[in-house]
This record gives sequence, structure tokens and C-alpha cells, in this order.
Amino acid sequence: MDTKTIIVTGSSRGIGKAIAEKFLREGHTVVINGRSELSEEAKTHYSSYKGTAHFIAGDVSDPTFAKALIKETKKQFKKIDVLVNNAGITRDNLIIRMSDEEFDATLNINLKGTFYTSREVAKVMLKQRAGHIINLSSVVGTVGNPGQANYAASKAGVIGLTKSLAKELAPRGVLSNAIAPGFIESDMTGELSEEVKEKALEAVPLSRLGKAEEVAELVGFLSDQHYITGQVFHVDGGMVMNG
Amino acid sequence: MTTFEKIQEIIVDQLDKEESEVQRSTNFREELEADSLDLFQIINDIEDEFDIKIESEEGLSTVEDLVKYVETQTEA
Repeated sequence: MDTKTIIVTGSSRGIGKAIAEKFLREGHTVVINGRSELSEEAKTHYSSYKGTAHFIAGDVSDPTFAKALIKETKKQFKKIDVLVNNAGITRDNLIIRMSDEEFDATLNINLKGTFYTSREVAKVMLKQRAGHIINLSSVVGTVGNPGQANYAASKAGVIGLTKSLAKELAPRGVLSNAIAPGFIESDMTGELSEEVKEKALEAVPLSRLGKAEEVAELVGFLSDQHYITGQVFHVDGGMVMNG
Repeated sequence: MTTFEKIQEIIVDQLDKEESEVQRSTNFREELEADSLDLFQIINDIEDEFDIKIESEEGLSTVEDLVKYVETQTEA
């Protein structure tokens, strides 16, 4: 098997963690990234898989860090096959109560962070004449959600970014796709009250939360194919149909 | 290595050409069939190599143009 080098931003927990674990299980090299340094226990966990786990902590909304993340990965592993832009935050509030800080913080990580890492990795991938950029959007980026104007705007932005990258990089065989998860069991949805969860499930035709592993499966599939680019894949139990 | 030699190496590498095809007077769009992505990648590599910033690719059409640009930037 060809061992891939994969960077997964925001992979210390949630969907990013499931994506990193999938690739590690298959024996690939994965750069694990989170804003803060992982505990020794967590590092031991990631290092227990067949693949090589490499840890680079830092905030992708800082362009200097984003550049360093790509540079160090390239230096260590000589190539970058897949970049998964997964790092994301929510700062929910109704628009009339939403502060500049809440809006900016969300855009900075979710959208600008994705831009910074994509820009740097594109330089590497164009040279390789191969590579996959897989961006995590959200069903909310397509259908909107009360209380999430900032998050929805950032995730809609990710879709526009993904499609533009796909067009720009296609001549060199570099592919870019977006995945738009719906309600996935994670720390982000764990914070919601039972009442909110129940109500949200009413909008899911398949009547259950998705699993982070179900998103990871798609990331795996997309990184193995070479004829799909510029697409948005909804992993949401049909939620987008009710948008 | 002279500035020209370094730039020549970058172009040869990027466009997969022979050294003999990349001379000072060579026009990279017309003679080497470089597209805009190629050009930006060449510019990017030159920026990294010489630690300079090339703000615009305007007026840069031959290898000599690049050499001169880099020399004025690095002298400053």
C-alpha cells in the first residue's frame, strides 16, 4: 500500500479525531493538529495505531502558523497527499446580540484558517502535480440556521473557497472537495440540551445523529479517487432536503 | 551560483525543460509555453530562494526580466 501523508487540522477531538484515527488505522502518516498541545495520554493514544502520528500544535487562523504547519510537514515527510481542513468553532448568538468578536473569531478559524492552510499546501501540491484538499463545511452553510449567522457564513464561504480552488488547481491534478456534515455526535453537539437535540432530530429524515466515523469514511473515499472535484457532499441523514 | 543560474534552475525544474532552452532572452510564456499557474509557481520559488517579494508579474516576460528584477531587489 502507498503510505499517504495527511494533515488533519483540529484533530484533537470530534470529527477531526475520527478522520485522523481512520487514516492511522490504515497505516498512513497523519499530522495531528489542535490549538493547544495534546496531553501525553492523548499522544500515546494516537501513537498506538499502525500509522505514524506526528503532532504540530497551533492555531490555523494565524497565517504564520499555517505556513509553518505545511512547511514542517513537507520537510518531515517529503510530500503532502491530503489536507483536511477540519478545525472549526461555533460562537452562537442571535444576530442582534452577536458581537464583532463572536463573528470574527468564527470566520477567522473556520474560513480564514482554511484559506491560509490551503494557500500554503497548494504550493506544495501544484509542484507534486497531485493532492487532495478536503474542507469541512456544514449543512448550515447551505441552509442557514437561527443563531448561527457567523458559523453559517463561514461554512458557506468554505464552499465557495473549495469550488474556486478546485477550478484553479485542476490543471495540475490537485483536487478539492467539501463535506457538509449535519448533526454529528461530537463535543460540539454534546453541549446542546436534550430539548434542542430532540428538536433538531425532527429535521433529520434518518432520525438519528450521524457518527464522526461516517464523515471519516467519506474523507477516506475522496482521498483515494481522482475524478471528483469541486463538489459538496452532505453527510447529514438527509437534513439538507428539509432546508 | 549566479542569479541567472539560480533562476534558470527554478524554471527548468518547474517547466521540465532542458537548461539549453532557458536562456536570458527566453520569453517564458511564448517560448516555454508557461501558463499563469506556472508563472506564479516560478515567482513563488524565486521569492523563497532570494527572500524577496515580487508584487506583480507585470513587465516580467523574459528570463532576463526576472534576473534584473531580483538583482535590483537584492541590492537594495
